[in-house]
Amino acid sequence: MRKIRTPYLLLLPGFAFLFTFFILPIINLAQTSTQTRIPGGDTGQYEQTLRFTNYFDAFIENREQFTRSFVYALLATLLALAISYPLAYAIAFKSGKYKNVLLVLVIAPFFTSFLLRTIAWKQILGEEGFVVPTLRTFGIISDSTTLTSTSFAVVMGMTYNFLPFMTLPLFASIDRIDPKTLEASGDLYANGITTFRKVTLPLSMPGVVAGTLLTFIPAAGDYVNAAILGSPNTKMLGNVIESRYFRVVDYPTAAALSFTLMVAILILVTLYIRKVGTEELV
Amino acid sequence: MSQKIQQAPIPTIPLGARIQRWVGRNLIKIYAFIAFTYLFIPVAYTFAFSFNDSGKSNLIWKGFTLDNWRNPCGAPEVCNALGNSIKIGLIATIFSTILGTMIAFAIGRHKFKGRSTSNLLIFLPMATPEIVLGASLLSLFLVLEINPGFWPTVIAHIVFCISFVVVTVKARIASLDPKLEQAAMDLYANEFQTFRRVTLPLVAPGIAGAALLAFSLSFDDFIITNFNSGTLTTFPKFIYISAARGIPAQANVIGSAMFFLALTLVIVGQLANRRRVR
Repeated sequence: MRKIRTPYLLLLPGFAFLFTFFILPIINLAQTSTQTRIPGGDTGQYEQTLRFTNYFDAFIENREQFTRSFVYALLATLLALAISYPLAYAIAFKSGKYKNVLLVLVIAPFFTSFLLRTIAWKQILGEEGFVVPTLRTFGIISDSTTLTSTSFAVVMGMTYNFLPFMTLPLFASIDRIDPKTLEASGDLYANGITTFRKVTLPLSMPGVVAGTLLTFIPAAGDYVNAAILGSPNTKMLGNVIESRYFRVVDYPTAAALSFTLMVAILILVTLYIRKVGTEELV
Repeated sequence: MSQKIQQAPIPTIPLGARIQRWVGRNLIKIYAFIAFTYLFIPVAYTFAFSFNDSGKSNLIWKGFTLDNWRNPCGAPEVCNALGNSIKIGLIATIFSTILGTMIAFAIGRHKFKGRSTSNLLIFLPMATPEIVLGASLLSLFLVLEINPGFWPTVIAHIVFCISFVVVTVKARIASLDPKLEQAAMDLYANEFQTFRRVTLPLVAPGIAGAALLAFSLSFDDFIITNFNSGTLTTFPKFIYISAARGIPAQANVIGSAMFFLALTLVIVGQLANRRRVR
């Protein structure tokens, strides 16, 4: 009898907490999203009217930012994957006794506050930094081109900030590959590219899936990079939600946008997991 | 004629080809070096500008000084914000580590009805963007007429830390050899003794790692904090707010100090671990 109850007793406090402060808020968010302003009421006063057109209005009004959020997040995820894969591979297979040291070095930058680093990028890429004058001297960019306040800067900032979320899971699954399987592939006359395509990559897929998810999800909801490195032309959905909450005090629209973002991400994630077919996620 | 024949076999690989071969062999190492440079540029920049004799706005290099390091609390509010971040981080770490570890043991060690639903409930907060977590909690607090501030921020941090604790501790539990516990049982240890003397010490490094992760996630969080903290300032929030008019160099000092502190902790931990393995 005790054995049957044990897991439930262990789960109870944590799940009670998550139910109160995660599930209930989401339900509440869904309720808020269909409210309308009380006629003649003060700013920030809303009543429940089940107005589902809130979603339609919010989406139409912000479809540009919506698209941008997903495009930027996708670009940042792909870039992070491209940068992280060889790095994780190098750490797993080529670092010898320095493996742990290099692993710590991957995480180390993230002990400095990410906001400080993002602002550092703003200054490095800015007019007074060393990158722009260098590129201009070599004629790579014209005198009128700037790097900050562009989509490039925002995507680069996101790629940088979410890089360890990509590198660590990738490392974990590449490190688990037995080097003998790669040797075996070579013995069977596969060249380097074939070995990578048929052996290394499939075996590292759990890491690729976990890494892309851990990068894409926070990137799609991010607004800090866009706020610091971008311009009004690079605003993402997060920026809109933030300003609806704090500046416009338009809770229903903010809630509708948040809820749409969450559902869109959940659908994408589900499709993605189905497609690549890993169950070993959590 | 004969001289020519003698000269021919001497292998002289032109310099260009040699460089090419060296690059080809070490390509992945060169790549790793470039990648690490990319990772560390902003850290180096932050560190360098912590010595800037800048006055209020730390944008342009004006000269070297140690004053900022001598007086890290010199800028108004900065140490107050840091204190809040540490307090929130510690409380959130303790609660999320306890709750998360319990969940990890339930899921990792028991087969029960609703196990996959439990897994889903743990995965959901991680699949929810921070802004949605923050915004939804704020809307709940507004309905309950609880003012955003210290405790709402702590609660918000516990919510997003729990899942990461569960995942980390669960991975450690999964990597345990069940034979060790069976051996303890064979030696007449009861269930509780086995747990206390065998299981818990083996899982402890995982729990410690999870706690460290929880603290660093909480300490560095901005988005969820921004939604639920009201007028309370945390260290990341302080930086975000002062970004508009220029961040004082003291923020760079604290950021750099945190970097070296954490790095030292990790290295000491690694060394201690290595000694124990020996």
